[in-house]
Amino acid sequence: MAESAQNLQSLVDGARADIERCTAIGELEQIRVRLLGKKGDITALLKSLGAMDPEARRTAGAAINEAKEAIASALDERRKALEAQQLAAQLASESVDVTLPGRGQALGGLHPVTRVRRRLEQLFRNAGFTIADGPEIEDDWHNFEALNIPADHPARAMHDTFYFPDGRLLRTHTSPVQVRVMKNQQPPVRVIAPGRVYRCDSDMTHTPMFHQIEGLVVDEGVTFANMKAILHALMRELFEKDVKMRLRPSYFPFTEPSAEVDISCVSCGGAGCRVCKNTGWVEVSGCGVVHPNVLRAVNIDPERYTGYAFGMGIDRLTMLRYNVNDIRMYFENDLRFLRQFA
Amino acid sequence: MRISLQWLREWVSTGEDVPALAHALTMAGLEIEAVERAAPDLAGVVVGEVRSVERHPDAEKLSVCRVSSGAEELQIVCGAPNVRAGMKAPLATVGALLPGGVRIKKAKLRGVESFGMLCSARELALSEDSNGLLELPAELQTGQPLTEALALDDVILDVNLTPNRGDCMSVAGVAREVAAARSERLHPPQIEPVAAASSSTFPVRLDAGAACPKFAGRVIRGVRVGAQSPFWMQERLRRAGVRSISAVVDVTNYVMLELGQPMHAYDLGRLHGAIVVRFAKAGEQLTLLDGRTVELTPDVLVIADERTVLGLAGVMGGEASGINDATTDVFLEVAFFDPSVIAGRGRRYGLMTDASQRFERGVDPQLQERAIERATRLLIECAGGEPGPTVVMQSVEAPPAQPAVGLRHSRVEHVLGAKIPAELVRELLNRLGMEVAGGPDAWRVTPPSWRFDIRIEQDLIEEVARLYGFDNIPEVHATIAQTMTPWTEARVRNERAADLLVDRGYQEAITYTFTDAQEQGILHPGETALALSNPISAELSVMRLSLWPGLLRAARDNQRRQQQRVRLFEIGRRYAGDTGAETEVAAGLAAGAALPEQWDATPRTVDFFDVKGDLEALLATTGAAEEFRFVSQPNPTFHPGQSARIWRGDREVGWLGAVHPEHLKQLDLTYPVYVFEVETESGLRARVPQYSEISRYPSIRRDLAVIADEAVSVGALCEEVRRAAGALLKALHVLSVYRGAQIGKGKKSIALGLQLQDTARTLTDNEADAVVAQVVRALGDRLDAAIRDK
Repeated sequence: MAESAQNLQSLVDGARADIERCTAIGELEQIRVRLLGKKGDITALLKSLGAMDPEARRTAGAAINEAKEAIASALDERRKALEAQQLAAQLASESVDVTLPGRGQALGGLHPVTRVRRRLEQLFRNAGFTIADGPEIEDDWHNFEALNIPADHPARAMHDTFYFPDGRLLRTHTSPVQVRVMKNQQPPVRVIAPGRVYRCDSDMTHTPMFHQIEGLVVDEGVTFANMKAILHALMRELFEKDVKMRLRPSYFPFTEPSAEVDISCVSCGGAGCRVCKNTGWVEVSGCGVVHPNVLRAVNIDPERYTGYAFGMGIDRLTMLRYNVNDIRMYFENDLRFLRQFA
Repeated sequence: MRISLQWLREWVSTGEDVPALAHALTMAGLEIEAVERAAPDLAGVVVGEVRSVERHPDAEKLSVCRVSSGAEELQIVCGAPNVRAGMKAPLATVGALLPGGVRIKKAKLRGVESFGMLCSARELALSEDSNGLLELPAELQTGQPLTEALALDDVILDVNLTPNRGDCMSVAGVAREVAAARSERLHPPQIEPVAAASSSTFPVRLDAGAACPKFAGRVIRGVRVGAQSPFWMQERLRRAGVRSISAVVDVTNYVMLELGQPMHAYDLGRLHGAIVVRFAKAGEQLTLLDGRTVELTPDVLVIADERTVLGLAGVMGGEASGINDATTDVFLEVAFFDPSVIAGRGRRYGLMTDASQRFERGVDPQLQERAIERATRLLIECAGGEPGPTVVMQSVEAPPAQPAVGLRHSRVEHVLGAKIPAELVRELLNRLGMEVAGGPDAWRVTPPSWRFDIRIEQDLIEEVARLYGFDNIPEVHATIAQTMTPWTEARVRNERAADLLVDRGYQEAITYTFTDAQEQGILHPGETALALSNPISAELSVMRLSLWPGLLRAARDNQRRQQQRVRLFEIGRRYAGDTGAETEVAAGLAAGAALPEQWDATPRTVDFFDVKGDLEALLATTGAAEEFRFVSQPNPTFHPGQSARIWRGDREVGWLGAVHPEHLKQLDLTYPVYVFEVETESGLRARVPQYSEISRYPSIRRDLAVIADEAVSVGALCEEVRRAAGALLKALHVLSVYRGAQIGKGKKSIALGLQLQDTARTLTDNEADAVVAQVVRALGDRLDAAIRDK
């Protein structure tokens, strides 16, 4: 009996040593089959119990089962260790240099003027304005006559107009859209009209094509004070700064009273710098109360309705927003410039 | 317009604080663009008196002068031709720094020592005149600093006048505004009539009725036409930016600058019969002062004599009747013309004169008598002469007067949104010289004779507002009617389209809508674009037929700047060549590498299908990708084998193609460059999604390899597969296209993946096989395509 107990112990010891030597999960499986499988050594020992008397069977059975348990747990332990090793090796082999750049397409970008146009459109939409549009090739009536600028009016000299042989022209401002909107719609009117406009002028600070956004509000009881409020609110939201605003009296044939809108320089805050030519103010818009003649030209009763209109240069606002210092960059489409606005 | 502060102060108190004055004027509507000093710093420059002049011993053109600086007598070498003993001229003493940056030092000129420099006006930056020394009036005190002696310590206000304020185009006009803005009284210089010294007159006939209702004329005989105007007048003209010419011309300019009344001096000896103010006869000709001969039309008002047209009324005189060196007798014309008969006439002949700018905006019709007396006095003082009586002709009973305009106090608040007391409204209007009659419910306001811009109630409200101060009008948010602004889902917004292209690596460009006719002609051969009558340059002379010329130019500019890989898009309008009809399109361009330079990717050049992928993604934003077809169709812009018309249903909505290599060569671009365009209105109209049931049953996949003739397009093949497979076909993928020896010449092998599924039940293999058999049969029958043996 003592001999068989000794044999069992050496079997277990031998198995443990074998298990410890294993370097692959497959080898463990072979050991399991050799010892615990149907034809395995331990299984054979268990089978031999049948021939023993009950007393001896109980004792031997407990010992064999103990040995079986020990081997099984040694196998399990080693398996877990090997799996952990294997995973660690796999992970180690799969590690990447996370500093290598990603692959595929790069992001493009919007034109800076588009970025600011979209901001303006969104801000005005939030304030209940709709967006209107009109042709760029206009007739004299919409661009001038209906806006209270008759043929020999000195104000025409301020508009260096591009003409076509048939007398049509490239619109010099977005204001003709005012006329088109009011021809088709009785008040209340609350629209903006962004778009391209053209003047026969090209130098350091002028491009023959540029962008304006027109605004028009006509309703009962609309006042100059309302115009001041919306323009100031717009400038604060557009620049996300508490800018100061002032209106300077000016002259446009289609508004009266008319004003130029100045805001405190967004670059220096009003202290004076290159952007504001040391005045502390930058001009951003023209505006005014809609001239009664303009309302009359589109059959709106100027006694009952009043309104205001404004026009601003989007390109100019874009310069101020993004610190662009050369307006000619806009239409050169230099990728090194455009990519700065992605 | 440049206004001297000294001159202005003769008319009105301006206060000492010049920036405050400038601000007050700006905020009242007269924008002060700049405040400049009238002259540079001239420390060390004094009134010098030339005592003697001797020839330089060694230089023919130099003189050696003894000049008094007040304190001492200096030896000065001078090269000016007009230097003479007894004259006074600016003397820059040793140590003085001249405006050009020259520091005056003791010097030796050709061996003779010189202790200072006598100066020309140009050397002192007082004018462009470098013809010798600036001769100073003899009455100036020798040794006095020049700045003091000439009152150069003056400030110039540069006023940017709006076109409605012709009444401010004079010292008097600006002074009136200063008075109104500062609530000051005006104290204009006294103008006393000049008594006639002879009875000499010249007949004037007004034949144009209300176009010229009033004409003041005066004969002045025995004028010294060569006389120069006095220094103080020249100096005032200089500060206003007007060149001194001669006494007679200077006087007319001076009075115009002072009072705002343009006038003209004729050579009496060259006038024939009478002055006639009339409209031109059709075809009549006039030689202008600049030598051009222009043909006149009957709506042009002219000044004529009994023989010929002398000048364009209110614009410019003519060559034949102007004063010249031989003139002794002068006839002065001081007229009023109706602004509407002057407006635009000058511009028509390319003439923008000081006179026309004032007359077309309106000159005070009550000013002529005062102006002619002022001019007569100044002229006689400067150049002598014997005046005849002033003769004022009127073609109508009374000179035109400004009609009264109604104003309601309630309307002021209604338009401005500010409460301005009635008394204040009245006071503000009074300050502007307006007479206010009646009560606040119905004021009758009569503007002064010089205001041509006050016609309706709103004009008065503007006047009130600007004097009240725009700053004082509150900011009040409107309470607006509740509305819902429309927001359709049935259109892909340009924003979405742009964002998609940006996300796929395209950079938005904005190119000019007018372009180079020649370059556009290369891309669009045979098409005629709408041309501008007055283009700014040949490069920007015709309206674009597509966005491609602009995008290609941008690509070329970028490639020249070492930006080889270019992806650009633009959303904008193109213009039909005949009518100019505007169509908005989204257009794009791709050139250079398929991918940005990166590791682990084989570099290759962008090809048709890279760009088509971008375009298909754009079209897919409509939610109706299957409505679009790409059809091979020639287009002269494109490579004949890489040119696709994009159809949406039965409508053509765009193009995709490789620009023809020959065009690229001419445009100095490297092949290949791909471009596309899609009309936004029709091409990006969106489908509002409609839910359809998702099948709960598994799908079956069948792959087919088909051999077809090269002539059979994959598009046609897929269309046939879809038709033959019917409703069970849920998706069809093109897996590969293969050409090679195994297939045979003129053939290609296309692998297709079909995904079949029913929504009501599980599809069996047999059913799937039946569909495939149907497809194979159809391909064989209709396209002569065969299944490739595996």
